[in-house]
Amino acid sequence: MPQRIRWLPFAVALSVVLLVIGATRTSPRQSNKPPVLEEVPSLTETVVSVDNFFEAAWARQQVLPADRAPDLQIYRRLSLALLGTIPSLEELRQFEADQQPQRLERWTQRMLNDSRFGYYFAERLARSLVGTDNGEVLVFRRDRFKEWLRENLTRRAPYDQMVRHMIADTGLWTGVPATNFISSAFASDDIDENKLAGRSVRAFLGQRIDCAQCHDHPFDHWKQSDFQGLAAYFGQVNKTPLGGIQDFSTVDYKVENRKTRVEEIIPPSVPFHPEWVSKAGSRREQLAAWITHPENRRFERATANRIWGLMFGKGYLDPVDGLPDPPEGQIDLLDILGADFRKHNYDLRRMIQVIAASKPYRLDSIHPIEDENRVEELKSQWAVFPLIRLRPEQVIGSILQASSLGTIDQNSHLLFRTIRFFRETDFVKEYGDLGENELTEQPGTIPQALLRMNSQLIRDLTEANAVNSPGRIAGMSPDTATCIETAYLVALTRRPTAPEIEHFMKQLESASKNQRPQVVEDMFWSLCNSLEFSWNH
Amino acid sequence: MTNSLLHRRDVLSLAAAWGLSFALPPVDLRAAQKRGPERAKSLIILWMGGGPSQLETWDPHPGTKIGGEVKAIQTRTKGLQVAEFFPLMAEQIQDLNVVRSLVTKEGDHERGTYMVKTGYRPDPTLRHPTLGAILETELPLAGVEIPRHVALGDSQWPSWGGFLGAEHDAFKVYNPGYDLHNMQSFRATGSQARRLENLNVLEQAFQAGRQAQARKTLHADAIKRALQMMNSEQLRAFQIQDEPEASRKAYGDSQFGRGCLVARRLVETGVRSIEVTLNGWDTHAQNLEFHRSNAAILDPAFAALMQDLRQRDLLQSTVILCIGEFGRTPQINPLQGRDHWPTGFSCVIGGGGLAKGMVIGQTDPQHAKTEPSDPILVPDLYATILKLFGVEYSKEVLTPIGRPMAYSSGKPIARLLG
Repeated sequence: MPQRIRWLPFAVALSVVLLVIGATRTSPRQSNKPPVLEEVPSLTETVVSVDNFFEAAWARQQVLPADRAPDLQIYRRLSLALLGTIPSLEELRQFEADQQPQRLERWTQRMLNDSRFGYYFAERLARSLVGTDNGEVLVFRRDRFKEWLRENLTRRAPYDQMVRHMIADTGLWTGVPATNFISSAFASDDIDENKLAGRSVRAFLGQRIDCAQCHDHPFDHWKQSDFQGLAAYFGQVNKTPLGGIQDFSTVDYKVENRKTRVEEIIPPSVPFHPEWVSKAGSRREQLAAWITHPENRRFERATANRIWGLMFGKGYLDPVDGLPDPPEGQIDLLDILGADFRKHNYDLRRMIQVIAASKPYRLDSIHPIEDENRVEELKSQWAVFPLIRLRPEQVIGSILQASSLGTIDQNSHLLFRTIRFFRETDFVKEYGDLGENELTEQPGTIPQALLRMNSQLIRDLTEANAVNSPGRIAGMSPDTATCIETAYLVALTRRPTAPEIEHFMKQLESASKNQRPQVVEDMFWSLCNSLEFSWNH
Repeated sequence: MTNSLLHRRDVLSLAAAWGLSFALPPVDLRAAQKRGPERAKSLIILWMGGGPSQLETWDPHPGTKIGGEVKAIQTRTKGLQVAEFFPLMAEQIQDLNVVRSLVTKEGDHERGTYMVKTGYRPDPTLRHPTLGAILETELPLAGVEIPRHVALGDSQWPSWGGFLGAEHDAFKVYNPGYDLHNMQSFRATGSQARRLENLNVLEQAFQAGRQAQARKTLHADAIKRALQMMNSEQLRAFQIQDEPEASRKAYGDSQFGRGCLVARRLVETGVRSIEVTLNGWDTHAQNLEFHRSNAAILDPAFAALMQDLRQRDLLQSTVILCIGEFGRTPQINPLQGRDHWPTGFSCVIGGGGLAKGMVIGQTDPQHAKTEPSDPILVPDLYATILKLFGVEYSKEVLTPIGRPMAYSSGKPIARLLG
């Protein structure tokens, strides 16, 4: 092993101890805050439409939906989807103490106001907008772009406006961070119009025309000329000597004809509804107006499908950016969500709240039907909550959170967060990051099992010490039953079943005082290695 | 090393404790010891990430408009010259073949990688498996307890199972040679037994009412196979500490060199498909310099691998393919770089009973015509390898979306099959 790595485990272990102290110290301060009742906007009408849509479908298909999931389980889902981590014991206690009406709605609102939401969701959105590559460092800074997304999410900027900024802004990536959407497509000092055209259609319209770059789409109606016409909207972009994004209105967009090998001027054109294109402004401004035009159903449907996907772990329609054309003369779920989105100033947070309050989101993942094929059918009808493998950063976020009793958030010790950042990136890579395609269903893999079972990280986090949760639970629980229950709440956000209590009771009661911390450690290890821990349910 | 691993006996008792009935297959020593054409075949792909220039590797055109400054050297294959950066491979290449006329339609890194790793163009509706994953799936191996499909090195898109399932993804080892990658338990065996008992109790509670969905997650299978691996003596194949100094030196002190050495050890153990990645070929600027420095890593490693396989009589059972996602433009750009070029690029292929000493296809030194003569398509190349391995290349597999898909849409290249 290279020399420089040898000290790392020790340094990391030490830092974790220090950091967990930091993290846990902040907790009493937070829990002393008086509870604030969040104001929940009226979602009823849209939620009822969504529920009616599903109930009609279930009746038509003669499928029986699952029961409603317990509140704690729904809370866990929400926390994973919006903050990227499971709830802390501290938060769980507050949640359970809250007996006011609309508890879940208010706690959804509360999570949306949590600073962790902006950070976590900005990364999710950035993946579909600029991918995960770091691009050309002189003109593109992914972190600046993400920060811009986060600021916009925090101040509830209308999404259509954000999209127009991304497509059409001019200036330097530092001062006008939205331009990073464009500069992410710089390759070898040149703008890749094709990449921007393909990316825009996928991210904003939820469709894939990338293959029309070279030939007509094999089974869709997209033509190569459609693709080139869209790419031409980006044909006047270039960077100034200082690296800023600018349009040069005298430049023609030229493409070499593959047959004649002659360069041809391609004028900008859109494949449908040219009347949505604005008459004024740069080519990019014209395109931005077309994409975000209020009558462009594809825009709101694409957004709805992605947000649904980020909540459930997979899109309502799969793949998340490979939608069929909007159905003629009928509306489906994406239209219901999309229309509400449009009517409410393209507010992403509202859309999240609607989905979180809808019936499918609150169904249990338990269903009496045991046949594997039937279960697939139930899943496709959203009549049972799907088991979806958590994304790597959700797994790491959850393991870190489970190792502490207090909430690890932006108020936690700065050093802790720094380490968390490095550990997350390493872990994310090793766990198998799906990058842009994170909303695809995948089974568990052996490397993941090995990582959860044997990695240094798990060792650091599950070995009991004076400040982490295994140590505190082992040392401070008044009795064995409390010890077991607390461990379950911390790791799985639920209470143990009777057979589980019996099993661990026997183990802990028969252990000597010296053995006890080890037995608790092993209990923690098992909780973190269970299917329940690393799969959204 | 063995001390910190679980003992075989312990694993069996743990398995029983966990309600698992997996019997460890006996290590089939005879199969691993077989040599020559009798031995089960393996595949090593040396993946050149970024797309190497054909002109600075296997298809130099010195003294022409497109040739750049690189010189050519004679090899031990009659009539074959390669770039001067490969003096060691020039002595080894006679057992392999050079294809100089690969053609695809994908000039983007991700799409090109997909095309060359699977033999199919990217398709938004499904993800095709790579060649390595097909071989691993179609030709299961008894007695190999470690992963049978392995990706060594820092690959952005390591070999994948696609519609065959994520369980057929390559096992990734980022820092080959030293890295056992979480395969050692940090706890005593007694503790491990308790942990697995706990897990059993947890899974029973969670799976009530969720069995069908839970089975599909493959969570339990992954743990089961992980335990099997953690216990295996074969893990030694991933480590190079006990290799002689001279051998390690010959492969070169680089991640790729160590990867090639591990690849040889994995082949000896019976692993089916191995991918070793060398990045850094995306030379939009300073093409010549970067090819010189990359070749200094590739040449010794590739040559040492060839020598070792020959000496150990493994060459007849091991197919080696050195390839990247595309080649680079005949024109040199103002930054002294070459850009992406999927129309007429090179690969080196041979071993495993394939023909040898051939040069297939030709690019135009004057660049008057862009298409190479005798163009070779990637699907044809893969149909050839599948046929060699005894896998029905045109076999159609039903994909999860219900669309039947052939392993390869190509036809075997008779010349290569010898």
